[in-house]
Amino acid sequence: MSATQTRSAEGAAAAGGEHRSRGPAGPDAGYNFGYLDENTKRMIRRALLKAVAIPGHQVPFGSREMPLPYGWGTGGIQVTAAVIGPDDTLKVIDQGADDTTNAVSIRRFFARVTGVETTERTAEATIIQTRHRIPETPLHEGQVLVYQVPMPEPLFRLEPSVTETRRMHALADYSLMHVKLYEDIVRHGHIATSYNYPVMVNGRYLMSPSPIPAFDNPKMHRMPALQLFGAGREKRIYAVPPWTEVRSLDFEDHPFEPVRADAACALCGSRESYLDEVVTDDRGGRMFVCSDTDYCHTRQARREAAE
Amino acid sequence: MMHDLPHHPHPDPPPPAGEGRGGGVSGGACPLLAAHGLSLRYGAVPALDDVSLSIWPGEVVAIVGESGSGKTTLLRVLSGLLRPEAGEVLYRDPEGAAHSIHGMGEAALRRLHRSDWGFVHQNPRDGLRLGVSAGGNIGERLMATGARHYGCIRAAASDWLRRVEIDPARLDHLPRTFSGGMQQRLQIARTLVTHPRLVFMDEPTGGLDVSVQARLLDLIRGLVAELGLSVLLVTHDIAAARLLAHRMLVMRRGRVVESGLTDRVLDDPQHEYTQLLVASVLAA
Ligand SMILES: Nc1ncnc2c1ncn2[C@@H]1O[C@H](COP(=O)(O)OP(=O)(O)OP(=O)(O)O)[C@@H](O)[C@H]1O
Ligand SMILES: [Mg+2]
Ligand SMILES: [Zn+2]
Repeated sequence: MSATQTRSAEGAAAAGGEHRSRGPAGPDAGYNFGYLDENTKRMIRRALLKAVAIPGHQVPFGSREMPLPYGWGTGGIQVTAAVIGPDDTLKVIDQGADDTTNAVSIRRFFARVTGVETTERTAEATIIQTRHRIPETPLHEGQVLVYQVPMPEPLFRLEPSVTETRRMHALADYSLMHVKLYEDIVRHGHIATSYNYPVMVNGRYLMSPSPIPAFDNPKMHRMPALQLFGAGREKRIYAVPPWTEVRSLDFEDHPFEPVRADAACALCGSRESYLDEVVTDDRGGRMFVCSDTDYCHTRQARREAAE
Repeated sequence: MMHDLPHHPHPDPPPPAGEGRGGGVSGGACPLLAAHGLSLRYGAVPALDDVSLSIWPGEVVAIVGESGSGKTTLLRVLSGLLRPEAGEVLYRDPEGAAHSIHGMGEAALRRLHRSDWGFVHQNPRDGLRLGVSAGGNIGERLMATGARHYGCIRAAASDWLRRVEIDPARLDHLPRTFSGGMQQRLQIARTLVTHPRLVFMDEPTGGLDVSVQARLLDLIRGLVAELGLSVLLVTHDIAAARLLAHRMLVMRRGRVVESGLTDRVLDDPQHEYTQLLVASVLAA
């Protein structure tokens, strides 16, 4: 809720603003490039290489203290810090928006400690760090999508023992997750999981896609971009290499269905994008708008140009 | 008192466990599971002391003995849940290939446990998911072996509730709303739904009222005959062994002191400990 409010406050200001900007005046000389020291970045890159080699498998890493509290995307920030170079262009989104407090502060942080260019345009970014969404604009080869992950273990609500979940992964024994989906259908008539909907990666590992809406799950399947996941508090990294098969768990007679509100965006008219419900006044007025601000702005600009 | 002895599935009774060097072949068939020289001690306590046994397809073998005699330990070693200090357990798969239970990896053993084998625990709480509906409990093994059609899983679960004499209207109910006897029957349904070849049962009627026990034993007997199951049945209860088992083993302090066809052991016990056991049941 607070995210939506923050967004409506800052969003208006940012809507007409610039899409691209350069870091203040090159990186702040007081920090190593990317804030982390070179040894730490190498350690994280080694974990990333292993994660890419075993798609969907959680790799432990020595998570560092960051100048932000856990819950603010410290896992994603460390991954971004480990892979970012001076020629990269960074985009940061939170719930699809570039202009929320969280996204703005992470973008400023990287501008300051790397001096790289930042952008709000999905197509122009080489690295996109995200919390809770995958951009609507299809990603292309060469791009990297970095997810902030609060809880990397997809089985943790079902099986509290870490030893046991590790064993389940080792043996690809995921019947417990199917039992959970079965119970969903018993109770609700359908699979009532709309966020963090579990996926099988490369036909082998069960993976948490992080708390993105189930609507975004199909975008992970055979995505041309590299997908990296960082969980700071839980000290885990995992990855989905480009073009990898990512399937949402389901039943033959209850197939996975990505759901979105049955409405058009009030700002750009999109009937394809994922929508947020926004409170417009204090008398209960509401409207649906795209959660992906860049997608929505781009469509609005195109519409204005056509008029 | 007359007992209706179970008909032995093999025309030539197999040799009693531990007898016959080249044993294992009887009437042309091979044992499903064969154990040799199993030993395991807990500190100074010999929980298992040089135990050998075999079980043939379609056979029910009862393991009886007083508390602490090593019955549960034996079942856990035979099913690969515990590793013995000495001895070996061989399992023959449907293709006829023999596998060493303690030599195969954990993954292969788990596969065996969720496909070819079943385990029924004394306490249904150890064998059920209490927070999952009856249908989900029965469906789990189906899903573990690849079933992905919700409607078919439900139909199978519903059918199994009927087979264990639970009203299929309880399909979506949680097992914690079931009586102890119903929970145990649900555990049996959950275990048998994938048609395992070999089922390990550790005191399946323990902790239940006597009248409920009798009904459950009848149910198990019917299912065993219908499905042609092989069962290793651990029990305190001589009457249960008499009702269900083709053969029995009598254990004491980790050793098998007597074994043979159930009627022979119970009607003509050779070992003095067996004589004591049988006498105490008759006296009770
Ligand atoms: N984990 C353990 N640690 C130490 N001793 C054990 C352990 N498990 C079993 N024992 C001992 O091994 C012996 C055999 O135990 P087991 O549980 O196999 O007996 P049981 O025949 O199943 O008895 P019951 O009829 O009471 O279930 C007993 O003396 C028991 O105390
Ligand atoms: Mg016991
Ligand atoms: Zn829009």
